[in-house]
Amino acid sequence: MITPAVVLFYAAAALTIGGGLVVVMSRNIVYAALALLVSLMGVAGVFLLAFAEFLALVQVLIYSGAVVIVFLFALMLTRIEDFSRLTDHRQWPVAAIIAVSVFALLAAAIARTSVRTEPDRQSVGLSEFGETLFAEWAVPFEVASLVLLVALIGAVVLVRRDGGRD
Amino acid sequence: MSPVEALYYGLAALGLMAFLSVMVLALTWGERKALARIQMRMGPMRVGLHGTLQPVADVMKLVLKEDILPSWADRRIYWAAPLAVFVPAFLVWVTIPVSRDVVIRNMDVGLFYVVAITALSVLGLVMAGWGSANKYAILGGLRAAGQLISYEVPFIMAALAVAMLSQSLDLTEIVDGQAVFANALVQPLGLFLFFTAGLAELGRTPFDIHHAESEVVGGPFVEYSGAHWAVFFLAEYVNTFTIAALTVLLFFGGWRWPDVPFDGGVHTALSVLWFMVKTYAVILVIFWVRGTYPRLRIDQLMAFGWKLLVPLSFANIVLTGVVLFYGWPLWTLTVLSLGLLGGAFYLISILPGRGPSRMTVAVRPARDLRTRAAGSSASGVDSR
Repeated sequence: MITPAVVLFYAAAALTIGGGLVVVMSRNIVYAALALLVSLMGVAGVFLLAFAEFLALVQVLIYSGAVVIVFLFALMLTRIEDFSRLTDHRQWPVAAIIAVSVFALLAAAIARTSVRTEPDRQSVGLSEFGETLFAEWAVPFEVASLVLLVALIGAVVLVRRDGGRD
Repeated sequence: MSPVEALYYGLAALGLMAFLSVMVLALTWGERKALARIQMRMGPMRVGLHGTLQPVADVMKLVLKEDILPSWADRRIYWAAPLAVFVPAFLVWVTIPVSRDVVIRNMDVGLFYVVAITALSVLGLVMAGWGSANKYAILGGLRAAGQLISYEVPFIMAALAVAMLSQSLDLTEIVDGQAVFANALVQPLGLFLFFTAGLAELGRTPFDIHHAESEVVGGPFVEYSGAHWAVFFLAEYVNTFTIAALTVLLFFGGWRWPDVPFDGGVHTALSVLWFMVKTYAVILVIFWVRGTYPRLRIDQLMAFGWKLLVPLSFANIVLTGVVLFYGWPLWTLTVLSLGLLGGAFYLISILPGRGPSRMTVAVRPARDLRTRAAGSSASGVDSR
């Protein structure tokens, strides 16, 4: 049955897959970064259709608002001519094999999992979500933030090799 | 979604567009008049009574001007950039309430939605900077990315502290929480952080590093003209209006504090009016700041953000958390907040260094870095 939700889902899926294809096939690295943004926004759309509003917004804020911007920030300092042979790299057969096997693995895993379909599913309230995340799952949350902190400090240490004067 | 709902959202989008355009026209006129007043001039006087039709004439001029595409520009990115700036500026207004029920769609994650969508507007500036194939544009784009990412941190943290106080991200509930006294009275530090970081997010005058005319001749916008430049301009003023509206919603009680009298339709109309009066008061302060302060240098900007606003915003969250957790009366938060704000400024004033060097990070000449890198590497051989 074709409902608006189904149409929107296919639109979001098309954005995700199309964006992903442009990322790997584009000859212009800035286009590839912008296509990555489109793809990530498509994923946010899928989250939104699954009533995961919070996750969708996190996707927009972190990936589109921060990660892609940082990519572009670095890419702006390059010229396109530096990447003229971007897509005919010799490693592409290996990359294709790995990509196909990961896809096969995920597809098999999804096919074996029994998918629950709840037609009347509603979004979880934000306060309920917050309580689950910060009370019930507080320890994994803290571990994740610790990992991020370590990565952050590591990045600072890597960049400041001269010890600094200020 | 039923056809009726689809029609409602379509009409709402059109109405929002018209509302924001009128607000932008009013803002451009208001800004020129306010700045003229500060500089003891008259401002626009010729077109219409006291120049009130000047914005219309400006729009005519911008639309009729030639749209120039630089020959080295990346055509697609160059044309898409104005849209990438404008669309987020417009989308934010889907959930900003002007009064109770005068909103397109209220969300229980409203504040988070606003913050997430605002973060997207950097993208257009970066695209414009890269797509123009112009040195000044690229420099401006880099500056924009650096500045906006840096000031997003205190901006979001200050908003988060308000959400902690209201125990909600729903903008209507945040306003309802301020029915008796506004958050500005409870979190003066939060107001300072939000307003300052908001100005930086807008790139308005003390923080207009990325389109500083005397340094990067307009930054990302240097090659744009005509209607596409007008879209950037529109987005900038919509964003100004958004930040002012958010400041009112989060810190000055929105359409409440104090409640307007009467019931029904009159009440709603008066609420909208009251909200607008407050918003325009905040906008006037923004113009006043523009007319008063000179532009920061880029190193001062980064130091101000990372050394002052970010630590203060974390302290603000901790303070709010402590007061809420131990259930202390809210006036203790006011006192602590004011104390922290005053203490921070006192510390800056007694720190060594005078004038401009006080709030700076060290900038070393590039040749200094090169010799340093060559000296520290094991071989020490640099063919140049």
